[in-house]
Amino acid sequence: MTSFILRRLGSGLLLLVVISALAYLLLSLPGTDVGRHVLGPAAPQDAVDAHNAGLGLDRPVAVRYLDWLTSALQGDLGRSWFTSEDVSLALANRLPVTFSLMIGVTLVTAVVSFGLGVWAGVRRGAVDRAVQLVSVFGYALPGFLVTLIIVLVFAVRLGWFPAIGYTPFSRSPGGWLATVTLPVLSLSVAGIAGVAQQVRSSVIDVMGRDYVRTLRARGLPTSRVVFRHVLRNAATPGLTVLGMQFVGLLGGAVIVEQIFGLPGIGAMTVQYTTRGDIPVIMGVVMVSVIGVILINLLVDVLVGWLNPKARVA
Amino acid sequence: MSTSVTPSTPSTPSTPGTAVTSPTAPTGPKRRSGTARRFLTSPQALGASLVLAAVVVLVVFAPLFTAHDPNAADLKDAFGAPGGGHLLGFDSSGRDVWSRLLHGGRNTLGGALLAVAVALAVGVPTGLAAGYYGGWFDSVSNWWVNLVMALPAMVVLLATRAVLGTTVWVLMVVLGVLVAPGFYRLVRGTVAAMRGELYVDAARVFGLRDSRIIVRHVLVVVRAPVIIQGALVAGMAIGLQAGLEFLGIGSGDLPTWGAMLNEAFTNIQRAPVFMLWPGLALGLTSAALVLLAASLRDVLEDRGTAPATGRGARRLGADAPTTLDSAGERADLLSVRDLAVTYTLADGSSREVVHGVDLDVRRGEVLGLVGESGSGKTQTAFSVLGLLPEGGRVSRGSILLDGTEVVGSAEKEMRNLRGDTVAYVPQEPMSNLDPAFTIGDHLTEPLRVKLGLSRTQARARALDLLRQVEIPDPERTFRSHPHQISGGMAQRVLIAGAISCDPDLLVADEPTTALDVTVQAEVLGLLRRLQAERGMGVLLVTHNLGVVADLCDRVAVMRQGRIVEVGTTEQILRDPQEDYTRGLLDAVLDDTPAREPWQPREAAQ
Repeated sequence: MTSFILRRLGSGLLLLVVISALAYLLLSLPGTDVGRHVLGPAAPQDAVDAHNAGLGLDRPVAVRYLDWLTSALQGDLGRSWFTSEDVSLALANRLPVTFSLMIGVTLVTAVVSFGLGVWAGVRRGAVDRAVQLVSVFGYALPGFLVTLIIVLVFAVRLGWFPAIGYTPFSRSPGGWLATVTLPVLSLSVAGIAGVAQQVRSSVIDVMGRDYVRTLRARGLPTSRVVFRHVLRNAATPGLTVLGMQFVGLLGGAVIVEQIFGLPGIGAMTVQYTTRGDIPVIMGVVMVSVIGVILINLLVDVLVGWLNPKARVA
Repeated sequence: MSTSVTPSTPSTPSTPGTAVTSPTAPTGPKRRSGTARRFLTSPQALGASLVLAAVVVLVVFAPLFTAHDPNAADLKDAFGAPGGGHLLGFDSSGRDVWSRLLHGGRNTLGGALLAVAVALAVGVPTGLAAGYYGGWFDSVSNWWVNLVMALPAMVVLLATRAVLGTTVWVLMVVLGVLVAPGFYRLVRGTVAAMRGELYVDAARVFGLRDSRIIVRHVLVVVRAPVIIQGALVAGMAIGLQAGLEFLGIGSGDLPTWGAMLNEAFTNIQRAPVFMLWPGLALGLTSAALVLLAASLRDVLEDRGTAPATGRGARRLGADAPTTLDSAGERADLLSVRDLAVTYTLADGSSREVVHGVDLDVRRGEVLGLVGESGSGKTQTAFSVLGLLPEGGRVSRGSILLDGTEVVGSAEKEMRNLRGDTVAYVPQEPMSNLDPAFTIGDHLTEPLRVKLGLSRTQARARALDLLRQVEIPDPERTFRSHPHQISGGMAQRVLIAGAISCDPDLLVADEPTTALDVTVQAEVLGLLRRLQAERGMGVLLVTHNLGVVADLCDRVAVMRQGRIVEVGTTEQILRDPQEDYTRGLLDAVLDDTPAREPWQPREAAQ
């Protein structure tokens, strides 16, 4: 198991380097003039050139990338070209916000979707149709539209939660809960719909397997067969989809953080990325890809634990 | 601007001038009349197609439905109420909302179509090639796909916009590339799975060119899932694009649904109603796409609705048991009278597959239930266990198990009988063990649940059971997972599981069919020994008369859901009365290796 994890982390690191090279190359395509962007259209050309030279932009892309990579490997992600903010520090300040959002969403999604999926898959009939209908709509409505509806209903009309703003957990746990409830709810809807569908169909599939009949023929209670055997075998596809949802969650967080005014990575992405601030974009890309790699690893380890046949090494 | 904007409905006729096109819109991959009819009779599919068709017509022919310029702003009209040809009134800049809605849809739908087209163009051919040829191309593509899938789409799109500019079309091309792995995986998986299929091999043997095989055989299989995925991606693209525009990262002044939502959101306190129209347009369109995909999937995968079952006390049978003592006195262990099994089919009709079967098994007796496949013998066995597959039910008759009527009894009562009164040995050993649990778990779980043994007691008893079924290294097998043992071992484990709670009746469904010939003989010997030692009654379902001769005291011959002949094994094998039985006997004697002449053995009764 340890060697499996180490091997996966190794290949993850390789992936990270390849993606960083690719991203750096694409971002450095000619088209944006950073110096012009910073100094404004009225600035004289030699001032713009000087500014670009100051950022090292007069050197070849490959050299710039290797520079970036060398310091990145030492933990220094550089400074923003526009605000001179230290990128690592900015990320460290904003990560906890996005992170708490994601953990909340993943927990809510896992619990609700597995519950609904098992319920629908075992009970079938009317329950099944109702769960399917609800999840089709949850999946069909664009995430940010769902968010807007939630804001409109719970914050604007009912006034139960603040529509905007963030309270750190360390300052007030209650305030933190109030500010993250609606964002978590908004981000969970699509995930619940997708994962519940997956769990439902794998539960139905597993319920029809020969070994389920044999287990029941041994006189085991149906509930025990469902929760010990069916759930364990049906969990794999559900977990895989849950892992994939996480990647999508990063995108969803961008919009949700913007709508709720949360100072997370997503909001940062919008502010800095649109200006072509390469050090910041690279930082965000690195953090997201690391998150994806770790989540995929976690899913694989969980799947291996659930399903001995899938265990590697 | 494209004329046909429904990505998932390639055949939608866009007749100019009509508000709603004819509902003939989309069918599955090919117009097979049955599929098309089922699709059109589904209200969900029809509704979704109508909504999509309406949206497409309104948007494509926007100038026909509104006379106003979507960008003509007049601040004195700001927040103006509907009226005077302005169907939905004015927005905060005094622009006509209806007109912006229709023209905005062009960018939104066109962008989605572009994304789907790019994803198809990239994903499908690569998936076909990787799945069909495998090899290095497959490895390289898989690695590449994993890389793309690790990229957070939103971040890439934002970065793209920073580098390549604000055009929505460029963003949609990038989005298409980002979602192409979805198509790639779908196509590659399907193709790789069917590459080994016999008919593809056959086509290759016949000398068909690869391109022809791909078009004729492979594309036919992936068509349906690709169309479904296309509709889903289109819905997703619409949502994502609107999301980007909502963030203000759209195409500048172009009216789009996302930009309209953005504008409405900033005025949410003053005029929340402005969120309604673009929200409704967006929600309806993407919901229609996903619903369409869902109904396409239902139709193409022919997923019938499950028969509705009541909650709580699930009944095993429907009708009140009618006891017909047609065959005289009923046996003490198992007595089946006038048993009928009926299945509810996907279209709601029902079909009876077992028509009034009478059977008796006395204590310690081995009854063989023989017949060709499809004769209803397995259905009869499952009825005795109360474990008919989904859709099946006992529709008539009576089953007495150790004196208890099980037809119509609640699942809970039936469960109490399973394991210690009646137990089950299945046909296919490997698929009957839960792959996630060790052999030890399989054996100890019923012991702990049914008999209430402690962990150590259960372990000791399970090891003892493994010894009884002649497994050479019980300790190691106990720790093994099902995939680590052979089929013959697995069948011994299943027999050990069946006898673990000392059942009175063993229902064995073709217990040796799936095994090698040498292993068959060993397992039969084991069954014979255990039966004699424990004095179990056995209902042995088989099509193999050699097995019958080996093991059974009496034989019931089944054909087309009915018992056609019952008698002692000697009677049936030596002097069959029915032509059908004679046919079965001839068939066996023709293709089995020569064996010793059958010797009548002592009946156990």
